[in-house]
Amino acid sequence: MKLSLVGISHRHAPVKVRERVAFAPRDAAELARSLAEVGECVCLSTCNRTELYIVGDQGEVRALDALRSHGGDDVAALTYRLADHAATLHLFRVAAGLDSLVPGEGEILGQVRAAYESGAPGPLLSRLFHDALHAGKRARSQTTIGESPASVPSAGAALAQQIFGELEGRRVVVVGAGKVGEVAARNLAARGAEIAAVANRSAEHAEELAQKFGARAVSLESLADELGHADVVVACTSAPGFVVRPDDVRERKARPLFLIDLAVPRDLDPAINDLDDCYLYDIDDLEAVVAESLAGRRREAERAEAIVSEEAERFRAWQASLDVVPTIASLRARAEAIRAAELGKAAGRLTDEERQAVESITAQILNKLLHLPTVRMKEAAAAADGVLYADAVRHLFGLEDER
Amino acid sequence: MAELLFWPALLAYGEAAVAYLGETRSPGLPGRLATWGVRIGWLLQTALLVLQATRANGFPWSSWAGSLNLFVWLVVSAYLIWGCRDRYRLLGLAVTPLAVALLAVARAGGGTEVGARSDYSTLFLVLHVGLVLAAFAGFTLAAGLAAVYLFQERRLKRHDAGIFRLPAPSLATLDRLAGRTIVISFPALTLGIAVGLVRLREKGGGVDVLMVVTLATWLAYGAYVALRVTRGWQGRRAAYFALASFLLVVIVRLALPATHFA
Repeated sequence: MKLSLVGISHRHAPVKVRERVAFAPRDAAELARSLAEVGECVCLSTCNRTELYIVGDQGEVRALDALRSHGGDDVAALTYRLADHAATLHLFRVAAGLDSLVPGEGEILGQVRAAYESGAPGPLLSRLFHDALHAGKRARSQTTIGESPASVPSAGAALAQQIFGELEGRRVVVVGAGKVGEVAARNLAARGAEIAAVANRSAEHAEELAQKFGARAVSLESLADELGHADVVVACTSAPGFVVRPDDVRERKARPLFLIDLAVPRDLDPAINDLDDCYLYDIDDLEAVVAESLAGRRREAERAEAIVSEEAERFRAWQASLDVVPTIASLRARAEAIRAAELGKAAGRLTDEERQAVESITAQILNKLLHLPTVRMKEAAAAADGVLYADAVRHLFGLEDER
Repeated sequence: MAELLFWPALLAYGEAAVAYLGETRSPGLPGRLATWGVRIGWLLQTALLVLQATRANGFPWSSWAGSLNLFVWLVVSAYLIWGCRDRYRLLGLAVTPLAVALLAVARAGGGTEVGARSDYSTLFLVLHVGLVLAAFAGFTLAAGLAAVYLFQERRLKRHDAGIFRLPAPSLATLDRLAGRTIVISFPALTLGIAVGLVRLREKGGGVDVLMVVTLATWLAYGAYVALRVTRGWQGRRAAYFALASFLLVVIVRLALPATHFA
């Protein structure tokens, strides 16, 4: 069974080409089913890649035709085509996030799982995707590739967790009603924080954003009161000067206050960071954290590559062992047929009890005799000598006709 | 036999200390090696203590050096409860070098030998020495947590871009654990001192410098517990207080042994 991969990704194709073959989940499932009519197929389609994993006759040609029919000839020119071990290694790297824009990003693992579950896998692709998911999980659990934040909003949220631990019940005050502040607030809310208030010069915009989070809209004049109850402040207004100064931050009684200033010019007076229990990060600080995190992810990627290679090699060994399976099955069937025939000849001379005993003994002899050749043939298959061994066994036991 | 247990235990703690240091440069494998070093070292030291207990005439750790041996075991035991998790590896960097140094000192003083003799009743020593040492082990761990808190807090204040390179618990977790450890250890110290005072009253004898400093330690940690419970003390102030109080523990454990154990 030949495994083929035909795909297009952010590495080789710009978005204006990729978007022509970007499939919605239902369409991807439909395409996989149509291509699997004579084999197996899974279609993985994300915003960064569309890949068709296919098993069967002319798999590569059919997959390429499918992409060409959706995206045109220039899509075909930008595709990559891989087979067997190279295709396996590629999928395992994808599942581990090693082929992603941000190394180790976590979303891809779920996307690989969804593609597998909605596709049309058979025995080979089922095993391939199962092992790919395992490799992806292993790479993440045995390295720190996916642990550090990879964007400014997620860096803000991760730093908040570094101060408070779990963010459940932590009160966030958003200063400014723009898109950037909203994204940062959403990141905090996704980790359990409560968006308590939105303060903005325009009451209308404050109300609009507050409604999205079930928060209160307040004016900038009452911001100091809100800060007294806040744990996290996210600021991103277009004000020309500081919106919050040290005097606005009242006695905290050792309650930490984490302030994220995403605005340029800055909204929060940097002197706030000098106050006890106040931690103020501006956009440069956060970008430095992200840059260091990404560098760390790239370092960890080397370790993840080793894990992925090991898993891909294991899959290759399993796949190779499939080559000798028909020979093993034939050998066992031949041995079983001889046993049954000889038992049949002796049946009339044996009592029921004796027959059961002989059946049991001969079955055990057969199993023990064939166990080692079976293991050796599978081992040889993994080491690429499988065909030689299988041919030798077929010749020695006269199994040629059963091929 | 004691030698066969002591040296591998010391080696395992030493390996853990070096591996924890390596973890700060390249997180991952060194951290796992460190964890196993602590576990193996603790098992070997436990076996050594069991051997000492079975061969001793009376309480086996009544000498200053012997009590140091037991103290190291208690500190590592407390650390092992949750210290082997990935995020607490920074704490291991404080605990394992301390364990190596104190265990070496304990050996130099004869505290790791078998066949110890004691003139005091075993029950008194178990209660007095055991409880005081258990409390001190807790305070040591709390000091380690407070030190990690201050280290992490400083990195956050200074906007250290590599803050996520070495995983560490959140400030809130470190503060809470340090506080809890002290709150739990304080009654043990109170009880241990009370047992000592009762015996002093029954058998007579003078008050030595070590007793005075131990009482000062009790007062310091008592104040910590009171301030934390009644005033909600936490954060940097509480961490500094825990470290300052720990200085008294260091004095009691290391600087004034002769006055009490002679």
